[in-house]
Amino acid sequence: MSGVNRISGAGRLTPARTARFSFDGRTLTALEGDTVASALIANDIHLVGRSFKYHRPRGILSAGAEEPNALLDVSRDAARRQPNVRATVQEVFDGMKVASQNRWPSLAFDVGGFNDLLSPFFAAGFYYKTFMWPKAAWHALYEPFIRRAAGLGVAPTEPDPDHYASRYAHCDVLVVGAGVAGLAAALAAAKAGAKVILCDEQPDVGGALRYDSGTTIDGKPGYDWAQATGQALAAMDNVTLLTRTTAFGYYNHNFVGLVERVTDHLAAPDKALPRERLWQVRAKKVVLANGAIERHMVFANNDRPGILLASAGRTFLNHFGVAVGKKVGVYTAHDSAYEAAFDLRKAGVAVPVIVDCRERPGEAVLEKARELGIEVLKGHSVVNTTGKLRIASITVARNGGSGARKIAVDALLVSAGWTPSVHLFSQSRGKVKFDAETERFLPGTYAQDCLSIGACNGTDDLQATIDEALAAGELAARAAGAEGGAQVALTGQNAFDWTGGMIGAAEGAGPDTTVKAFIDFQHDVCAKDIRLAVREGMHSVEHIKRFTTNGMASDQGKLSNMHGLAIAAEALGKGIPEVGLTTFRQPYTPITFGAIVNHSRGSLFDPARKTPMHSWEEAQGAEFEDVGNWKRAWFYPKAGESMHDAVARECKTVRDVAGVFDASTLGKIEVVGPDAAQFLNLMYTNAWDNLKPGRCRYGIMLRDDGFVYDDGVVGRLAEDRFHVTTTTGGAPRVLQHMEDYLQTEFPHLKVWLTSTTEQWAVIAVQGPKAREIIAPLVEGIDLSNEALPHMSVAEGKICGVPTRLFRMSFTGELGFEVNVPADYGQAVWEAIWARAEPMGACAYGTETMHVLRAEKGYIIVGQDTDGTLTPHDAGVSWAVSKKKPDFVGIRGLKRPDLVKDGRKQLVGLLTKDPKVVLEEGAQIVADPNEPKPMTMLGHVTSSYWSSNCGRSIAMAVVAGGQARLGQTLYVPMADRTVAVEVSDMVFFDKEGGRLHG
Amino acid sequence: MLLIYCPYCEEERSELEFRNGGDAHIARPTNIAEISDEEFEAYFFLRDNPKGVIFERWRHIHGCGRFFNAARDTVSDRFLTTYKAGEPKPNLDAAPETSATVETYEALEGAAQ
Repeated sequence: MSGVNRISGAGRLTPARTARFSFDGRTLTALEGDTVASALIANDIHLVGRSFKYHRPRGILSAGAEEPNALLDVSRDAARRQPNVRATVQEVFDGMKVASQNRWPSLAFDVGGFNDLLSPFFAAGFYYKTFMWPKAAWHALYEPFIRRAAGLGVAPTEPDPDHYASRYAHCDVLVVGAGVAGLAAALAAAKAGAKVILCDEQPDVGGALRYDSGTTIDGKPGYDWAQATGQALAAMDNVTLLTRTTAFGYYNHNFVGLVERVTDHLAAPDKALPRERLWQVRAKKVVLANGAIERHMVFANNDRPGILLASAGRTFLNHFGVAVGKKVGVYTAHDSAYEAAFDLRKAGVAVPVIVDCRERPGEAVLEKARELGIEVLKGHSVVNTTGKLRIASITVARNGGSGARKIAVDALLVSAGWTPSVHLFSQSRGKVKFDAETERFLPGTYAQDCLSIGACNGTDDLQATIDEALAAGELAARAAGAEGGAQVALTGQNAFDWTGGMIGAAEGAGPDTTVKAFIDFQHDVCAKDIRLAVREGMHSVEHIKRFTTNGMASDQGKLSNMHGLAIAAEALGKGIPEVGLTTFRQPYTPITFGAIVNHSRGSLFDPARKTPMHSWEEAQGAEFEDVGNWKRAWFYPKAGESMHDAVARECKTVRDVAGVFDASTLGKIEVVGPDAAQFLNLMYTNAWDNLKPGRCRYGIMLRDDGFVYDDGVVGRLAEDRFHVTTTTGGAPRVLQHMEDYLQTEFPHLKVWLTSTTEQWAVIAVQGPKAREIIAPLVEGIDLSNEALPHMSVAEGKICGVPTRLFRMSFTGELGFEVNVPADYGQAVWEAIWARAEPMGACAYGTETMHVLRAEKGYIIVGQDTDGTLTPHDAGVSWAVSKKKPDFVGIRGLKRPDLVKDGRKQLVGLLTKDPKVVLEEGAQIVADPNEPKPMTMLGHVTSSYWSSNCGRSIAMAVVAGGQARLGQTLYVPMADRTVAVEVSDMVFFDKEGGRLHG
Repeated sequence: MLLIYCPYCEEERSELEFRNGGDAHIARPTNIAEISDEEFEAYFFLRDNPKGVIFERWRHIHGCGRFFNAARDTVSDRFLTTYKAGEPKPNLDAAPETSATVETYEALEGAAQ
């Protein structure tokens, strides 16, 4: 037996197909197709959680996505555990483990329930007012305590083992919601030949037809029609039907995000299947058929387990074959709840009373109630309820308070009417308008290419909905260019036309400040809290929302917003439209991080760029550092060496013998065309037209504001061809910068720019033996000082492979940079290494490169400069042409602030104690005894131990630095103050003779 | 995510392929070395931040690589038109009126009528 409340013959599930699951350790039997909610109720379990703030016992309230109470922890195995799952959405699978949340030690006895007794002290805004002093206690004491006490589920601790898929889709018409309206619209659009995507959050199509037993369409029971229509649509080539798929966000230009839950309902999912699939849909037209959400009644103690929405009662009965109780009362302000009573009575469930707060309910439903012998109390209200962990009775009184009487029930179905789901419409930036007659917000002004139909558009009548949907589907299809011919006609019939509805607090939830008449179940917001917020001076609906947290829970106030708004409007003495609605935000319902993060995790989160020599470097035991997305060999430790030892050895070896360095990550841009030199004249501060082919020059690139943007060596290969190098991290932005000026400011120049960073592998061979190492491998290039002096370039072959061979140096040594096509990088590297290693040379990494260049005072743009340094500040003003009429930055350099005295300038620093290595980023002062705040002159930009100099060296930006050479300054650190002397930036081989060796 | 018509590719493509390039129709003075501080300030630093139509540059960086100009409504994010770099500012009076029918976040926030 799949639960004591299962009604034989009712519902659409198959009795023989059972699934077993556990709830808080107790094993239960469900039927395949059950949600956790329907299976629990079938087993007569209503109590499923404790509320957020007061820890009040809570039960299942709804049967759909709007559920605020029944948030459970659902797990498949240790790694696949998810908190805060809505029991009304999650389908049961065999072996699933379900646990309640926010209770200790147990659901039935929860210590936190103490909060309910203390609730007079926990009024709205309580946290803001109470935990103010002492300030430090907030982080240490109050916040951790509140977070423990008030909360939802516990986040999983293990990594998510599932994978998630992502798909982009384009369609003519996207129909959101597969109820009557959505199905009809999709059918009309599809028959007209449009490419249609139809999605619905439920496992099957039908929407309200899942519970609405009295509807027929084309003579068939509504649900059966829906299934047949869904199957017909799914079989069409131009239709994609997605169930278990929530349209969670409507973004710009008809871009809609869908999440399809692929395996969460399966007992043994195929490992190849993704858990969820994110659909990013761009639709020419969107049809919104989102339906409406039933509101609860706001009255005293309206949150006891066993109190459900009337439509939920019908869904559990008519779809799942489960009665919500044995003695079910109804409390309503709307005719629709009567049908719940009728359905239950017909299924043999006792319905002692329908309490209707209206004096004049619809005639048809009254007549039917009489016929079925159900007592109806018109003009009455439920003013209180009893029952500790489940509702036991309701107290009913005539409106105004007289004639109170207690009626025993074990469940109560409530309905205050229906709120059109304008969430997606509002997300699309459409503007809602208030319909005073029906007291609801409806789509008003459209901002995007979409149409709302059916209940979400305020269309109540079934035939009107069908007609509106068919027209919208065809219109959307035609507008998207569909030219098919087939027209669709459908007729539908309701059992009853519905009237009624109310928003705000019902009788007995009045101005009393102690009554707990809940509006927002998930955040424990009562009617009195809204009134308190108004009394405390919150007059904007946005302030009221934040003060009370009404609608700020993960259900985003799907049930509570309208009630809260009505109560606020009443307390403020304003009309509802003047108070206004808060904005609906994406996502419509919570979605998993997995779906959003999707493939972008682990090694795919931020893909690594690797040089052609990477695997060799790895095999040599290199440590790597991240430079942008690049993995660069940092240093090559030998057995037992620390980083310091390895770098000291590499630095020494390069200067004593030679070193081989992977410089492939350098940005490279090929600048080609008859006007190439003229273009570089404009992009760099230097002059280029006088650079002869075969020669190189160090160039400084500025922005138009005059600040250093990038630097690099540029080689001229021919009159019309330059090989430009950029900093490793700067390549994309330098190319963007060049393209920007070329395309938009200097379009008259005939120049082409091509990124060649990844086309060339670059092997730097540096040191006294560099020439000897490469000489036997090179063909067609004279490597002598005369033929290939420092700062020159030649094309030829190395190891039989074409090369652009640069004679240049970032170490201050005799050096070459061998550029070969990337595919040959590792082979050429290995050939060079085979000669270098026996000579005693080493492979060196970026750390050694940094030390060696600092020994020579070569700057690194982005480390020694920070976007506020001019070439003069950086000590490279020699690279700025005085003759050129124009270059980018020429005017910026003359700005008053850039030419005034006292600017921060790059200088060298030598610690008085040569053993002390300064910390990069450390601040510099003139007077170490100055009281705080001290006058800070600048900071250390580069600092290293130099084994070649036998001491520490550093570079720093210092105010008026170039005028302070020889001065003593101080670097105050936490534990000591370091005295330093300002020096020039060349610490090794000041004459520079080694370059020309 | 925006859908942007590249006037060079003659196709609407996803925003992912583009990069915004700031205001359009700000020409770098040909005599830039001679202009006054005030003129330089106006050229390089001062920008409007209009509520409504903005003329701005986009680059189809993961497509054809070209810079082009667009007129976009900053309220609705609707593109009124896109056109090639170097073409004159289009006369939008001729274009259909859209901003009047488009609503704002500000209007929705707390003041739905």
